[in-house]
Amino acid sequence: MTTTLPKSDELSLDLYRQMHTIRRFEEEAARAYAQGKIGGFLHLYIGQEPIAVGASSVMRPDDYLLTTYRDHGMALARGMSPRAAMAELFGKVTGCSKGLGGSMHFFDVEHSMLGGYGIVGGHIPIAAGTAFASKYRGEDRVTLVFFGEGACSIGDFHEGLSLAALWKLPIVFVCENNEYSMGTPMSRTMSVEDVSMKALGYGMARDRFFVESVDQVREHLAEAIERARTLSEPTLVEIRTYRFRGHSMSDPGKYRTPDELEDRKKKDAVLRARAELVDEKGLKEAVEKLEAEVEEVIADAVRFAEESPEPGIELLEATTYSGEFAR
Amino acid sequence: MTVMRYREAIRAAMMEEMERDSRVFLVGEEVGHYQGAYKVSEGMLERFGEKRVLDAPITESGFTGISIGAAMVGLRPIVEYMTWNFSAVAFDQILNNAAKLRQMSGGQLTVPIVFRAPNASAKQVGSQHSHAMEHFYAHIPGLKVLAPATPADAKGLLKTAIRDDNPVLFMESETLYNIKGEVSDDPDLLVPMGKANIVRPGKDVSIIAWSRMVHVALEAATELAKEGVEAEVIDVRSLRPLDETTLVESVTRTHRAVVAHEGWPYGGVGAEIADRLQRLAFDELDAPILRATTLDVPMPYNAKLEQHVIPGVARVLENVRAVLYRS
Repeated sequence: MTTTLPKSDELSLDLYRQMHTIRRFEEEAARAYAQGKIGGFLHLYIGQEPIAVGASSVMRPDDYLLTTYRDHGMALARGMSPRAAMAELFGKVTGCSKGLGGSMHFFDVEHSMLGGYGIVGGHIPIAAGTAFASKYRGEDRVTLVFFGEGACSIGDFHEGLSLAALWKLPIVFVCENNEYSMGTPMSRTMSVEDVSMKALGYGMARDRFFVESVDQVREHLAEAIERARTLSEPTLVEIRTYRFRGHSMSDPGKYRTPDELEDRKKKDAVLRARAELVDEKGLKEAVEKLEAEVEEVIADAVRFAEESPEPGIELLEATTYSGEFAR
Repeated sequence: MTVMRYREAIRAAMMEEMERDSRVFLVGEEVGHYQGAYKVSEGMLERFGEKRVLDAPITESGFTGISIGAAMVGLRPIVEYMTWNFSAVAFDQILNNAAKLRQMSGGQLTVPIVFRAPNASAKQVGSQHSHAMEHFYAHIPGLKVLAPATPADAKGLLKTAIRDDNPVLFMESETLYNIKGEVSDDPDLLVPMGKANIVRPGKDVSIIAWSRMVHVALEAATELAKEGVEAEVIDVRSLRPLDETTLVESVTRTHRAVVAHEGWPYGGVGAEIADRLQRLAFDELDAPILRATTLDVPMPYNAKLEQHVIPGVARVLENVRAVLYRS
């Protein structure tokens, strides 16, 4: 790697706090879902947290981020408040999208979180468009777009990459390859396992690694972001990862064995980050303190979501069109 | 006032708005170096350069998505499809992103974008190149749909569309590109959306049409005048929003209506107009509202069969006579 990022105990603790916050947020969301307080789909990010936290930590606050429907982790890593996130899941007007978007459509323009999208691959050209706008305006802002390996078979993935390479757009395409396209393993969806090779046909820079730590994510993505920012050239980065829960809450995950799941959980980068802080750096007290704080933040978010009002019908037409409703 | 062709009026609207607002750009297949598949964008590359007149590869979904992404962060793209038929492969982008982003972001985002192309039948271009796509798009809340019949409206409505903060779909016609008419030189003359135009007043029957069919309706009205029937011809111009008031007022005078449009009879804008008129002016009607449409089959290549399938003067007359009980 050419990039060397600064490291400190303080930073490591902060990155762990963010990963732990996302995990605890989603565990509580799963509980609320089971209690019927959250409707529709709920796709959990548990297991992939180092990617969202690592990516956001090397982005500038004004860099754009777009992702899939598995978007809670990305939004929280970008700086969305757990209150706004939980309230959105509960369908409340205090949610990040006023309770109109739901789990799959977290938006927070103030934090450059430009959305979670529900059509696989459809957001990839949209993301390239935000990078196009940055270049058009002569800004050095970069876009990061995240998607799973399941998106790499659909046309919009290829059209987005093709145009970004042709027009030299400042964007990083990040494939979070969690090995399962819903219930189908990648061996049955892709003729070539190495997703990053798709970049070759477009003459695009590529990178690929199996995620082990948040620091590793930071190092790899910082390089791709730098390429976008200074050269206005796109990169396709494949990050091999694993989700510990089903595709969504309704998925019992019968397509993978308990042994496989247990084996992967032993490599959990969030728990490993904790072990490193506690066992190797002797920061047990600091870790337990921040975990207690996170518990309070999450409990507060749930309380806030429960107590918040629901959106009124007056929002429906007002959010459909800017200005007068066209009927 | 200047006499110009329909295609020149569209070009004038785009060029004036691009002079006025640096955020406006044009993208599409063959719009630049080739000077436009139908020469609508002739000379624009020379005037504005490659940054603002972009030739795209054959990637309708890709460049539609990129333009939506650019619009949601502040640019104002004009997307040209070679014909509206090809927008079908970008339908997901228009339906799921352009039309939905505002609501699913809780009103945080707007998508100021214009999609424009020739629409409906041309001449013997076969089943895949003859679709009347306005019916598909007018169905979707979040979109606006315009279909001008004259050079003056083409210019004035396109300028309004470019300045609008919502996605606007602009239906042109290959068969109209060469027609001439007087057009205002005033760069700030806008034709408002949602206003129909009575192009020929009459008292016996209302013929409601848009785009090319306005000219067919006027021919039919001339024929009817020879029989002593005074037909009122209404150019709807704006399909969504729709000018209910003008339509209801007309039917209140004539008590009979025929909607004449290209596109199939199952559902569609004509059915929508018929529904509104029967609901809003039921007591005024002396006959069921009829529709003169494309026949309910894919467009055949054979010239005679094509003319049989496309709605022409004869089909309009047949329907008018039926509502007058003169058949």
